[in-house]
Amino acid sequence: MSSSARLLVADDNKVNRLLLVRNLELMGYAVSTAENGRVALENLRGSRFDLVLLDMEMPEVDGFAVLAEMKHDLALRDVPVIVTSSLEGIDHVVRCVELGAEDYLHKPVNPVLLKARIGASLEKKRLRDQQKELLRRFATPEVAADLEQSGFALDGRRVRATVMFVDIRDFTPLAESQPPEETIDLLNNYYALMFDAISEHGGIVTLMIGDGLMAVFGAPLPLQEHEARAVRAAKEMTELIALFNEERKAASRVPIRIGVGIASGEMIAGYVGTKARATYTCIGETVNLASRIEAHTKVAGRSILIDRSTHDALGGRIATEALGAATFKGIAAAVEVFAVS
Amino acid sequence: MTIIDAETFAALRDTTGSEFARELIDTFLTEAPSMLADLRESLADGDADRFRRAAHSLKSNGNTFGALTLGTLAKDLELSGVVAVKARGPSPLGGLEAEYLRVAAALAALRDE
Repeated sequence: MSSSARLLVADDNKVNRLLLVRNLELMGYAVSTAENGRVALENLRGSRFDLVLLDMEMPEVDGFAVLAEMKHDLALRDVPVIVTSSLEGIDHVVRCVELGAEDYLHKPVNPVLLKARIGASLEKKRLRDQQKELLRRFATPEVAADLEQSGFALDGRRVRATVMFVDIRDFTPLAESQPPEETIDLLNNYYALMFDAISEHGGIVTLMIGDGLMAVFGAPLPLQEHEARAVRAAKEMTELIALFNEERKAASRVPIRIGVGIASGEMIAGYVGTKARATYTCIGETVNLASRIEAHTKVAGRSILIDRSTHDALGGRIATEALGAATFKGIAAAVEVFAVS
Repeated sequence: MTIIDAETFAALRDTTGSEFARELIDTFLTEAPSMLADLRESLADGDADRFRRAAHSLKSNGNTFGALTLGTLAKDLELSGVVAVKARGPSPLGGLEAEYLRVAAALAALRDE
């Protein structure tokens, strides 16, 4: 990481610039320079930088203006800035931090301190980039953008949301009866369709295992009518699969069927994993229930099954059929199940 | 008073290398006269921004080499501002200019060590 990180040094004073560049190159970084704020912004917009070392007192465009511009530019706001300045007075430091600077080093900069601060900043940026990448993959662009705007809530929260489990009926025998490339091709098409339907209704996919996936509606961001949105997404999924089956039929391939289980209620949501690999997920009885209900689609012979609290939240706007109570492993009380037609 | 703080200069030379330290001295000796000219001109014109920036640069560079007296004199100019400095009398930059000549001579000697 350290050797591949690209740093930009913005300082109008040649001695300062040479010295900083020398110190950074000795640490193994690739360094570009700018002699004022205007050139610094041009460089930042022209290519990717991992970190900026910014002087404040510069002609044309000063460091404060650079910080302000970067803060308002979505493409630049996450590039960490360490201010290196010899401006007098604590109010300058406060102003820099308020404008989004990550750190403030007084000049002449101590090389040991410089190394430590840069290492910490780059590590933080790496984690943020990783989270953004995960979000991009699992969330809708709107959710990802909202989360980036509002910052990440990495700690767990109790939320009210709707969870959906989906899988392909009798997938294992199908997978074993056809060439592996066809199976992977099928899964990719299937996932593309499911992701489309889920994203379009405001959900995010939190888990994919084999032919199964889990999606959540109403977390990490609250979502109005998350129950109805999840059910509409499920209906769209079955419609998309019907169309997909037409194509498969034309190519002389067997049709596939999916099962969808949906439950709503309180759950714990948050990021889990390690620093290197984390994912957003939901945990709790509601999640278990959705999983059991999805498995129950086989027994009931229906594509979409929902629990009572999802059913009640629909308020009759989507046609359902009461299937009576069912008992599930790990859940003490009998559960009322409804089929969506 | 110490012209160049030996410890500061040694740390600079040790961390960046002798050759680089020489190059940095040369750069400073090339750049500093125009900073001094900036100070004189902005003082004459009453240009507060330019005066502050020039004093700020001299302070910053002086401290980098361990020219602590030069740094202190420049810091005083930076903080006082052009109006207050102008009110000080006929040659308010005299002390700083004399100190710069001492620093330049000392750095030139260190350069050839």
